[in-house]
Amino acid sequence: MSLPFLLEIGTEEIPDWMIPGALEHLRSLFLELLEREGLAGQNVCVDATPRRLVLRAAGLPERQADAEELVLGPPQAAAPAAVEGFARKQGVAATALTVQQTPKGAYWGYLKKTPGRPARAILAEALPGLILRISFPKTMVWTGKNGPRFIRPIRWLVALLGDEVVPFELGGVRSGNRTQGHRRLGRPDLEVTCANYEAVLRANAVWLPAAERRAKIRAEAEALGAVIDPGLLETLVYLTECPAAIRGDFDPAYLTLPREVLVTVMKHHQKYFAVEHNGGLAPHFVAVMNAAADPEGLVKRGNERVLRARFNDARFFWETDQKKSLAARLPDLEHVTFQAKLGSYLEKTRRLMALARELGGDDVAVRAAELCKCDLTTELVKEFTELQGVIGGLYARAQGEPEEVAQAIYEHYRPLSMEDAIPATRAGQVVALADKVDTLRGCFAIGLAPTGSRDPFALRRAAQGVVRILVEGKLALSVRELAGGNAELADFLLDRIRYYFREVRGFRYDEVNAALAAGWDNLPDLEARLAALQAVRPTENFEPLAASFKRIQNILKQAQFTEAAPVDARRLEAGPEAELFADYERVRAAARGLGYREALETIASLRPRVDVFFDKVLVNAPDPDVRRNRLILLRSILTEFSTIADFSEIVTHS
Amino acid sequence: MTSYQELIFRLKQYWSDRGCVIQEPYDLEVGAGTMAPETFLRVLGPEPYRVAYVQPSRRPADGRYGDNPNRLYKHQQLQVILKPSPDDVIEQYLGSLEAIGIDLRKHDLKFEEDNWESPTLGAWGVGWQVMLDGLEITQFTYFQQCGGIDLDLIPAELTYGLERLAAFLQVCDSVYDIEWTPGVRYAAVRYLDELQYSVYNFELADIPTLWQLFEIHEREAQRLIDRYPRGPETPTPDKRRYPLLPAYDHVLKCSHLFNTLDSRGAISVTERVGVIGRVRKLALGLAQAWMNQQEAAAL
Repeated sequence: MSLPFLLEIGTEEIPDWMIPGALEHLRSLFLELLEREGLAGQNVCVDATPRRLVLRAAGLPERQADAEELVLGPPQAAAPAAVEGFARKQGVAATALTVQQTPKGAYWGYLKKTPGRPARAILAEALPGLILRISFPKTMVWTGKNGPRFIRPIRWLVALLGDEVVPFELGGVRSGNRTQGHRRLGRPDLEVTCANYEAVLRANAVWLPAAERRAKIRAEAEALGAVIDPGLLETLVYLTECPAAIRGDFDPAYLTLPREVLVTVMKHHQKYFAVEHNGGLAPHFVAVMNAAADPEGLVKRGNERVLRARFNDARFFWETDQKKSLAARLPDLEHVTFQAKLGSYLEKTRRLMALARELGGDDVAVRAAELCKCDLTTELVKEFTELQGVIGGLYARAQGEPEEVAQAIYEHYRPLSMEDAIPATRAGQVVALADKVDTLRGCFAIGLAPTGSRDPFALRRAAQGVVRILVEGKLALSVRELAGGNAELADFLLDRIRYYFREVRGFRYDEVNAALAAGWDNLPDLEARLAALQAVRPTENFEPLAASFKRIQNILKQAQFTEAAPVDARRLEAGPEAELFADYERVRAAARGLGYREALETIASLRPRVDVFFDKVLVNAPDPDVRRNRLILLRSILTEFSTIADFSEIVTHS
Repeated sequence: MTSYQELIFRLKQYWSDRGCVIQEPYDLEVGAGTMAPETFLRVLGPEPYRVAYVQPSRRPADGRYGDNPNRLYKHQQLQVILKPSPDDVIEQYLGSLEAIGIDLRKHDLKFEEDNWESPTLGAWGVGWQVMLDGLEITQFTYFQQCGGIDLDLIPAELTYGLERLAAFLQVCDSVYDIEWTPGVRYAAVRYLDELQYSVYNFELADIPTLWQLFEIHEREAQRLIDRYPRGPETPTPDKRRYPLLPAYDHVLKCSHLFNTLDSRGAISVTERVGVIGRVRKLALGLAQAWMNQQEAAAL
């Protein structure tokens, strides 16, 4: 008989951003358990609200299959006492033993049958440990110092296999068949079965499937004019059990504040969606409640009050900050520490100005570098740290700095994430690059390179930004020079280069290795080589040629041959060898001056000659001079045609 | 309409009904209810305890000369400690909101992750900010460590922002408009405090004097901590009478003087870490001695 299974871990509110990861982990732990215990199970699915992590499955067997194991004892010829002893050890009478023929001869054996255990007993035993193994970024104790650790206190547990409770205890909570509805809109003590679980929750104002909550929020918020921010949407999905959107209003007078400030207050501080009208902000916001409705408008009124206070603060800071220009704030940076060993932001600013010039920046870039950190002393940035840079750019514009300078300051922290764009202007790119490179060089110089998951200075993000600005901004600056002669930093950048081309741009790993092997100091060039490689790869000659290149490399390696010399044409054997040489000369001449793609196509046209050569010619010729000349020919082919990519890195199917 | 003081009465009554000792505010300057000994020291050790008290909390840097409708140099917290935290602690908390007249079925309530940490006290916990219609009204924390010591029993700490709650209940945009008791506004009771302390903290506090005071209190706290007879040879009565509570007063003085110096702009960013470390050292040393004293008393 196959049974449905339901596990609900009832908790106090779990941080929204941790839930999807925890669910995936729960699922994989459960699948491992089924696998390990030989229990089948279908449709293992997980879902969650802030107060419950839920796993459901169908088709679990009532018990494990019975197992049989043949235990071999003494040889058939052994003394009866030994046979008796073996039987005793197995806990059976000697009559239960049988003679088994094995390659080594005839032996007494016992066919041991272990009955499969009930699934319910296995689950009861395994679930407490399984639940506590779900990993969270930060855990707590709640029953006392040595109690179980979880993300938040576990308050109830539902565990049902078919109609029966899977009995266990965790942190003083016994599993059962009773759940809880929405804190304010549902009932607190609800009996459920596997079949009616979701319906009972729904009747008690809990929308279990995240997908349904997401769809509801999206539909309602869009209907109210909200601009859907995907990150905020996910937060709200896991902050609510019964979401509903409402629209609130604010005084249009606040629209004179910069859009960035208004949106940050709404989105980051209040978790509201902004509302747009004709491409600009409208004096409204959309809040998502963990409630069904707001019939008396109390929730709307409350949220409006909070937003008004926030906007008032922002306006006050904006006006206060205008009393002192960015340029006048420069000396104040002396009192703002960048990093204890790396000095103040004033010192960093001086380095940035020099670096911006070094990287080819013009006067605009240098001026932007000079002012870009000054907003750190403003009240608005102290209040909304996530707007650093942006605020500086807005102030620079308001204070009459050239537009290009304002723009460069505005965008110099970009890209903030993989999804974020790089700075749009050249000056912005230069300042952004200078800022990141200075941070990387400084931190690496004083031993603050990231270790494992610890990266308090966000150096991975900085390095990723450097790579993206170089590639996407088509800046042919030397990566090694940017690393400032620090080999560890150069390696760190290489890691990010590899990551970027593989994971972000989707190049195959062997293509990336092949192109990197031919150099990675100039990233726009690397990108062009990779693109050419990717384009030529599917053509018929390419992979076979790559396989031949690998063969050449192996031959040279085996022969420990590193000699570079001109091929001696007189020693070439007529036929495939001479023809290969002629073709090599032809391709070499033809590829010169071609674009990477055309060059690769031309090189690939060598393939038939290489194939014939390996077919007909013995590299290890008895005459040492002939052999040496052949190795020189192969080595010439390999080095000459590996400047775009090292083909031997390509993984081929042959 | 629920007046400000009525709100306080009701919350105190509610928690009194649930077995809390109702304490009066601690009579020294503190930055938060957590720093009062009724929290900082009581959460240590294996003794259960329940307490609730209003604690005026001074944060010199938050002063706005009485001009800002939402920011105060000194605000009032209602601090509740339930040690150990009962299983239904959240239900009890929600009940307290109903008790002050909030119909939870008509409002939006969310628990948003907000972990609390005080480097100065060597204390941290996990929990939430409780959001009522988008307004943070309570900080809810399960303490994990205090004075650098792992806690035996895990207390729940509920910190209600009383001005915010009152402004919410009375629907006013400025804390100064809150009705303290019929006919008396918050401004009439507190405005001068806000104005004069802002002037003092931002303009007139004498920096060398404050540094001297800081060092005097630091020295006295350290002297008492150092002299505490922690060895097993000391008879229990001698341990028990040793003045650790007065020593803690000096730690609190240091903490407040640090905050005042900070608001006065007298502590550079680089110095900051060092000064916090000095206060932290006192707090940790005191917590260790206190644990030793409690253990001796329990024998």
